[in-house]
Amino acid sequence: MIRLENLTKIFETQKGSVIAADHITMEVPSGEICILLGPSGCGKTTTLKMINRIVPPTSGKVFIEGEDTSGMQTEDLRRNIGYVIQQIGLFPNMTIEENITAVPRLLGWDAKRYRERARELMDVIAMDPNIYLNRYPSELSGGQQQRIGVARALAADPPVMLMDEPFGAIDPINRAVIQDEFLKMQQALKKTILFVSHDIDEAIKMGDRIAIFRAGRLVQLSEPDDLLAAPKDEFVESFLGDDRALKRLNLVRVGDVVSSDIGTVNPGDTLATALKRMDEYGYQLSILMVNEQNEPVGMVPRSVASLTRGYCRDHFQPLPGTIHMGDSLRKATSIMFAEDTTWLPCIDDNGKVCGQITQRAMTRHLGARFRAAARTATAPATGA
Amino acid sequence: MLASMLQRFGRIMVLAAVFAAGAWTYATGFIDEFLWHWPDVQYLTMQHLWLTAMSGSLAIAVGIPLGIVLSRPSMARVAESIMQVLNVGTTIPTLAVLALSMSFLGIGTTPAVFGLFVATLLPITRNTFAGLTGISPALLEAAAGIGMSPTQRLFRVELPNALYVIFAGIRTALTINVGTVPLAFLIGAGGLGELIFTGIDLFDPAMMLAGAIPTAMLAIAVDALIAVIAFLVVPRGVNPNRA
Ligand SMILES: Nc1ncnc2c1ncn2[C@@H]1O[C@H](COP(=O)(O)OP(=O)(O)OP(=O)(O)O)[C@@H](O)[C@H]1O
Ligand SMILES: [Mg+2]
Repeated sequence: MIRLENLTKIFETQKGSVIAADHITMEVPSGEICILLGPSGCGKTTTLKMINRIVPPTSGKVFIEGEDTSGMQTEDLRRNIGYVIQQIGLFPNMTIEENITAVPRLLGWDAKRYRERARELMDVIAMDPNIYLNRYPSELSGGQQQRIGVARALAADPPVMLMDEPFGAIDPINRAVIQDEFLKMQQALKKTILFVSHDIDEAIKMGDRIAIFRAGRLVQLSEPDDLLAAPKDEFVESFLGDDRALKRLNLVRVGDVVSSDIGTVNPGDTLATALKRMDEYGYQLSILMVNEQNEPVGMVPRSVASLTRGYCRDHFQPLPGTIHMGDSLRKATSIMFAEDTTWLPCIDDNGKVCGQITQRAMTRHLGARFRAAARTATAPATGA
Repeated sequence: MLASMLQRFGRIMVLAAVFAAGAWTYATGFIDEFLWHWPDVQYLTMQHLWLTAMSGSLAIAVGIPLGIVLSRPSMARVAESIMQVLNVGTTIPTLAVLALSMSFLGIGTTPAVFGLFVATLLPITRNTFAGLTGISPALLEAAAGIGMSPTQRLFRVELPNALYVIFAGIRTALTINVGTVPLAFLIGAGGLGELIFTGIDLFDPAMMLAGAIPTAMLAIAVDALIAVIAFLVVPRGVNPNRA
């Protein structure tokens, strides 16, 4: 756990004093990623660097695991905090192995132990130790260097990590890959992480919480979905962009919106049964057909069922697609738009049908949060 | 293509010129005369090298720590002005420096070593300073951020990364030094200058060359030696010659 208490930094410059961080008070629970987000110059980096004293605070306190850090020796404090700087900052004079083991060597580990650790970390960041450990930083691509930077910060297994735009130097495609790898890693390692970003999409994807900064002040600290649904003021709202409802599509899982009480037909049912069931459930256009194993095999359109006689197995049409319960609404929306359909069957890991998702349910789910947010936002105002 | 042909042609011309010069010197009995000075050359070369070694190691021993001290952030205010003073120091001709040091320290080896030391100090200090202050702030921040103490930062990150530039300074300095030692003869410290200046005074070209040619060879040898040491000592990751 990291707790900041009234952390303040005032830079004295020739042109007067600059308040880079103004009484920042916040808490990051153990095992969570908190993203510091905001426009350029709002004090994200300054706040981060006050935690490991690269920037000495003007006033305020930092607690790590409940302990006030102002009593600690600077070097000890830093060796227990993984630090990934924005400019990567690998040591060009050291091999990749020497870079990764820099902190363990400072801590006086024996050679066998830190060697093993280097190989372990290379596995974690998905790079071949036999190829890369003996190379120098200049012999690696930017993305590979950035991974090594993360590995170096993880080396001594610090409980707390500070990361300043760690994936900033990577092209969008590789960035997404590294973000995914990092999230997978975090699921296993459960570090407490403060992560600076100025990319909202990255923040939404990576953060358990997002702290929005403006001109040295912490404006809002919320979970990503809450932030998008209920921005605290106009600044946050405009910073999130006018497509923030769409951004939420990334955060909501199909499983959150699925309706499991659905009507289906079997191949052996008659078309008359299909029509009756569509009326029963109020389906306008079509009904899902499943086999004995409850796997989706096709759909029977209302137009066919009402005009033809026979069995479903002879008159069904192929499905426009299926969606997994763990997928995001964004993917579901994308398939619906591409296939011009208003509903999709949802499947579990074994490919069995567990419900369906409709456009109406999606809009209702997203809208409900926004309407609730609007009510809580206006309620105090009208009350006063 | 054209460049390499020209290069080959140039090389052949040089060889031919050397051969012609050799033939001519042999014909005029020049080589015999030259060899007559051989014992002197041997003795004076040792003296010459000793002067270089003394003044050079003194300059390294002072120049590198001085460069390090000046590059510390706490010295940032005064560092530039001190470097300016050192710069002015080098614009004074070496001969004048030797003359000055003679007027303080008298005649002999001591004033010569001191004068040579002064002439050699600047390139070493300047390159050490430039090499250390040229290190990217990000690197220093990373080193501090992972918990290195200031001393660890200096020896594990700063010096290794500045080493290539520092060696370039040492190389320049010592090459200049070897080439300047002949002047030390003028204040009575010996060295190959003895043959050169006496040869000039007596209008004896063989004697003069018996001093000048070994001096040139020494300069080239010292230059090559430092280059080899730099190649071996500077870590591969920051050594452009080993990339
Ligand atoms: N060493 C310094 N001296 C004076 N002012 C500084 C110093 N470092 C930062 N500042 C000022 O403090 C403010 C906050 O800077 P900071 O680097 O924390 O911004 P940031 O949110 O990280 O921005 P960015 O997204 O551009 O990295 C800025 O106005 C900056 O100009
Ligand atoms: Mg920043």
